[in-house]
Amino acid sequence: MGKQLNLKLKVWRQDNADDPGRFEEYDANGIDTDMSFLEMLDVVNEGLIEEGKEPIAFDSDCREGICGTCSMVINGAPHGGQQGTTACQLHMRHFNDGMTITIEPWRATAFPVHRDLVVDRTSFDRIQQAGGFISVRTGSVPDANATPVPKEDADLAMDAAQCIGCGACVAACKNASAMLFVAAKVSHLSLMPQGQPERDRRALAMVQQMDDEGFGNCTVTGSCEAACPKEISLDFIARLNRDYGCALVKKGEV
Amino acid sequence: MNLDAHIPSGPMAQKWDKHRFDLKLVNPANKRKYEVIVVGSGLAGASAAASLAELGYNVHCFCYQDSPRRAHSIAAQGGINAAKNYQNDGDSVYRLFYDTVKGGDYRSREANVYRLAQVSANIIDQCAAQGVPFAREYGGLLANRSFGGAQVSRTFYARGQTGQQLLLGAYSALSRQIGLGKVTMHTRSEMLDVVLVDGHAKGIVVRDMVTGEISRHSAHAVVLATGGYGNVFYLSTNAMGCNVTATHRAHKRGAAFANPCYTQIHPTCIPVSGDHQSKLTLMSESLRNDGRVWVPKSQEVANQIRKGELKASDVADVDRDYFLERKYPSFGNLVPRDVASRNAKEACDDGRGVVPSGLGVYLDFADSINRMGEGAVRERYGNLFDMYEKITGSNAYQNPMTIYPAVHYTMGGLWVDYNLMSNVPGLYVIGEANFSDHGANRLGASALMQGLADGYFVLPYTIGQYLAEVGPDDRPSADSSEFAGVEEEVRGRIDRMLSIKGRRTPTSFHRELGQIMWEKCGMARDAAGLEEAIQKIPALREEFWSNLNVPGENGSLNQSLELAGRVADFLEFGELMCRDALQRAESCGGHFRTEHQTEEGEARRDDENFSFVGAWEYKGEGNAPELHKEDLQYEEVKMTQRSYK
Amino acid sequence: MNLIKGIFNTSLGRKYLMAITGAGLFGFIIAHLLGNLLVFAGPAALNEYAKKLHDLGPLLWVARLGLLGMAGLHIWSAIKLTTENREARKVPYEGAVEPVDQHRRDDFVAKFAARTMIFSGLIIAAFAFYHLAHYTWKVPQINGISGEFKGDFETYYVHETDDGNQTAFVSPLPDGEGAEGENASDVYRMVVNGFKVPWVVGFYVVAIGLLCVHLSHGLSAMFQSLGLKNKNYGKWIDCGAPLVAVLIFLGYISIPVAVLAGFVK
Ligand SMILES: Cc1cc2nc3c(=O)[nH]c(=O)nc-3n(C[C@H](O)[C@H](O)[C@H](O)COP(=O)(O)OP(=O)(O)OC[C@H]3O[C@@H](n4cnc5c(N)ncnc54)[C@H](O)[C@@H]3O)c2cc1C
Ligand code: HEM
Ligand code: HEM
Ligand code: SF4
Ligand code: F3S
Ligand code: FES
Repeated sequence: MGKQLNLKLKVWRQDNADDPGRFEEYDANGIDTDMSFLEMLDVVNEGLIEEGKEPIAFDSDCREGICGTCSMVINGAPHGGQQGTTACQLHMRHFNDGMTITIEPWRATAFPVHRDLVVDRTSFDRIQQAGGFISVRTGSVPDANATPVPKEDADLAMDAAQCIGCGACVAACKNASAMLFVAAKVSHLSLMPQGQPERDRRALAMVQQMDDEGFGNCTVTGSCEAACPKEISLDFIARLNRDYGCALVKKGEV
Repeated sequence: MNLDAHIPSGPMAQKWDKHRFDLKLVNPANKRKYEVIVVGSGLAGASAAASLAELGYNVHCFCYQDSPRRAHSIAAQGGINAAKNYQNDGDSVYRLFYDTVKGGDYRSREANVYRLAQVSANIIDQCAAQGVPFAREYGGLLANRSFGGAQVSRTFYARGQTGQQLLLGAYSALSRQIGLGKVTMHTRSEMLDVVLVDGHAKGIVVRDMVTGEISRHSAHAVVLATGGYGNVFYLSTNAMGCNVTATHRAHKRGAAFANPCYTQIHPTCIPVSGDHQSKLTLMSESLRNDGRVWVPKSQEVANQIRKGELKASDVADVDRDYFLERKYPSFGNLVPRDVASRNAKEACDDGRGVVPSGLGVYLDFADSINRMGEGAVRERYGNLFDMYEKITGSNAYQNPMTIYPAVHYTMGGLWVDYNLMSNVPGLYVIGEANFSDHGANRLGASALMQGLADGYFVLPYTIGQYLAEVGPDDRPSADSSEFAGVEEEVRGRIDRMLSIKGRRTPTSFHRELGQIMWEKCGMARDAAGLEEAIQKIPALREEFWSNLNVPGENGSLNQSLELAGRVADFLEFGELMCRDALQRAESCGGHFRTEHQTEEGEARRDDENFSFVGAWEYKGEGNAPELHKEDLQYEEVKMTQRSYK
Repeated sequence: MNLIKGIFNTSLGRKYLMAITGAGLFGFIIAHLLGNLLVFAGPAALNEYAKKLHDLGPLLWVARLGLLGMAGLHIWSAIKLTTENREARKVPYEGAVEPVDQHRRDDFVAKFAARTMIFSGLIIAAFAFYHLAHYTWKVPQINGISGEFKGDFETYYVHETDDGNQTAFVSPLPDGEGAEGENASDVYRMVVNGFKVPWVVGFYVVAIGLLCVHLSHGLSAMFQSLGLKNKNYGKWIDCGAPLVAVLIFLGYISIPVAVLAGFVK
């Protein structure tokens, strides 16, 4: 058992996408420092239900930092701002007794709010659908070892591929830009030899879709990297820019 | 009930080839006239949906998450097995087959397992071609590690995130098909029932989790790939949303549920820290390679540790009980999952647990740090130590880790034949949701393999047989009375849950059920406890339906309502599990009946009487379900008793 | 042309445009600074340099148009980018940024220069306009000089001395010596007189300060936008950009400050 905290929560409540929304305040008393942030919200929600009120809606699934479902801005920092940590892995021992914690949804035009802290991130899926794949039919592939991949490339590709698609980068970016996410996706595949045939097409198509979804532009402010729970590097944005530039010169358009 | 497994005749090694030749094919031009529903977008669902769409079928894929990429397959850490023999260490299809049957404690179907081993190699090829960044050697070829006590290195991995990378591979294939318009993806959509028309599965009823809209979807065939039911225990390593709803609803519509009592408990999870705990976190088994498991020899010392009066380092070596090393000198800390788990439980039941709740043992790296230095330990396990510190706030380089077993995987599932079709025609079940390949215990790194085998390489062939048989016209309208009737029932249930307005939250029922299940049907089970549970669960269910409090309404995003629906199904399903555990009066794999153990406390199988698949038929509200048996024949592998002494 | 469409119609295309025009403008800033610093070498050096430039004739116009074009594209893409970014987040955050790892706060908050690029940019544009009016169009009303010539720079010309060299000369032209427009302007005198007015200098210092704020972010961003940055040498770029910006600041303001302080007469 850890220590107990009494906290005040200032939480964004919004009934549906059309509701303008508002902040509401709740007391969270007797919070064990061993709880995760989401478990703290669970406790608050149990109390709300018992009072006959509607609980705070928030997304979560794996609760171990890998599925990318959880998504909330805690005191102005997506996922709360612990290095390399998702909201579900953030624990209450990082908070102080008596604190007021402000909790808001990801804010981005491309991530409309469904309810309270739950947002619609299908724009990320559509970016993937535009080109975030290698076109191989099931079965029509060579032996896995027929194409050696230099270890350094595979490792770097893995660094990019770790992105959990949570959207914290968008939430953190002052321009609500999805560049870090798209860069991670494009870089992962463009670093693998298997990804070469569609390299140009992919970069062009995914960026086009990113634009169409209404994300902002990258102005190289770097907050995304700070907020990314998988610590995806800004280098991948440079890499995307490079890939995109080459693709533009070679192909011009999707 | 017809439990014909439709196993092809002929020698084991040729069954699958022969079967593929015998299967009917759908005329390529006709494929676009078929609609297939795939529920689930995990490894099994995503790979199946993508592959079916590539073949030309029109696919509707459903998942409850906001994106197909978030299915719980994403959480698998360790790796995926394949009989590639890239290490030249004597692996082969036959060896993987043999290990899996043996590992499953001789309760799986040989022919299915053999096929699994056969297609395992194709999976790695497929994933590599999709750009999955598997670990590589400096020469650029794929790296392997040995996993879960296997004698050969056949596990492929991508750092500690293999499931994630494989799922992203399948998701990319799925995304491509969505982009091409061949798959229609329905996210944040929970399947609440199956619709049968003339005894064939022809559709599902779904709730849109954002708007609350209930919709009907009809198709030529329905594929369930909805994962495992570990959350019946409330606390498990499964994701919050994992549920039994899809499979249990299908069961209630006539599909047999096989071996529900087979659950796997993983020994190295982070212990429960308090009542608030919402889920448990697994830490890779590889930790046991260099960590030593112990508890104090005396209860008194353990008690002082629990109170915080003593630290682990205060306990002298002679006062420590390295119980795995003591009891299993040759395997030591590397005994299989179930053995390690059970021994930890025994130590804690003996009052020697070392965390405040009493349910935790040490996993100590002090010796390894002395031997190879902190740097080497950090290199090997750094990310796991970091994760441990994130969750517990304790530095495992300085203090030993504390671990406790947790529910991790469910071998049981809907009964399927060799074609992965349940006993309901047109209803296919793949991935963790079916029962087929792991018997009573799953080997590490084999679930990912099975999910992808089913989705990429088995179902796309076998479903063709059924579709060819029924023809392109056999798709009833969603306006038919069958669909309307099921929708009516679904709405009725939802309205009922919303109208009770009692005093208890869905979570409180879930937690209470979980406690019953964990205590009576967990790591060790006995007849008395199971009978008690079979009494208690219906009472809890009754309270649920009279004292439940679900705020809000159906017509919006309502997470309490979603949870209540899942808990309602767990409350029915938990009882079935206990019945199955009671029925199986033997110990095998993950199912340990304390009455059935050897003198040394090992699981004792009863091959004479229990060498069968226990498949349960639903008999209607208030009636006991009926057990059917599919006998297991072992042609290739000789049954032996496991021993890790 | 696909390429042109790609550049103008996509976010990354416009970022390229912005970075390349930014680089071009930066090139001008450097060249202009080096030219201007000739003021310290005395009137002859500066005036000769200015004359050489003016004698380029049509080439000068090409350069000017190029410069204008770059500035235009840069400003157009800047405005487009900024409006899109505003659209991309309509509801701002309420909570003050306080990450649990407090030392990481600065990583979460965009730096001042990055947040104010559009403002620093627009003020530079306004300044450039003023500056053109000041020295290129020589609008007397804005240069704040009273007295003798009312600061009518139009009348500042050099004329030839006996030995054939051009030197700075007092204005207005003595009667009959050359005609307006035929002789080169006395840039040196214009600059020195122009910067004798403290508030004009003040405005220059502020504008140049903002230019440097703009460049302290812009220069490193440019490498990232062109895909020429990575963590290995990225830190050099990140340190180098503000350094270059400060050097440019010091270089530019040295002129008005020196004039005001009386070092350059
Ligand atoms: C922590 C952890 C680590 C693991 N590590 C390994 C490992 O190293 N190696 C290994 O081989 N195996 C491992 N496993 C097991 C393995 O990950 C799973 O068994 C496997 O991924 C299951 O895949 P699946 O496709 O069957 O189901 P899942 O991936 O669970 O997917 C289920 C899908 O069904 C959908 N769904 C469920 N219910 C409904 C409903 N009612 N309506 C609509 N959609 C629904 C979900 O949205 C989801 O898309 C691990 C498991 C866990 C929990
Ligand atoms: C002499 C003048 C100028 C120079 C040398 C200059 C230089 C630069 C450079 C190098 C960049 C970085 C490009 C990139 O991010 O890739 C940049 C960005 C920018 N400039 Fe300028 N610029 C000048 C004038 C202006 C003007 C007049 C505006 C006015 C509107 C402006 C607005 C911007 C904006 C909004 C950005 C984007 C900033 C960002 O990426 O965050 N600039 N500039
Ligand atoms: C102390 C600083 C500066 C001095 C002394 C200075 C001086 C001059 C002079 C004398 C001219 C006119 C040249 C001529 O017509 O012969 C000129 C032109 C110009 N200056 Fe500056 N300048 C300074 C700073 C700047 C800055 C910071 C900018 C950038 C924003 C700038 C942009 C220009 C431009 C665009 C022209 C017009 C060039 C042309 O006519 O083609 N100057 N400058
Ligand atoms: S780049 Fe990082 S922050 Fe962005 S979606 Fe991926 S994991 Fe999340
Ligand atoms: S914070 Fe935004 S501005 Fe670019 S560097 Fe990251 S996307
Ligand atoms: S809930 Fe999965 S990452 Fe947080």
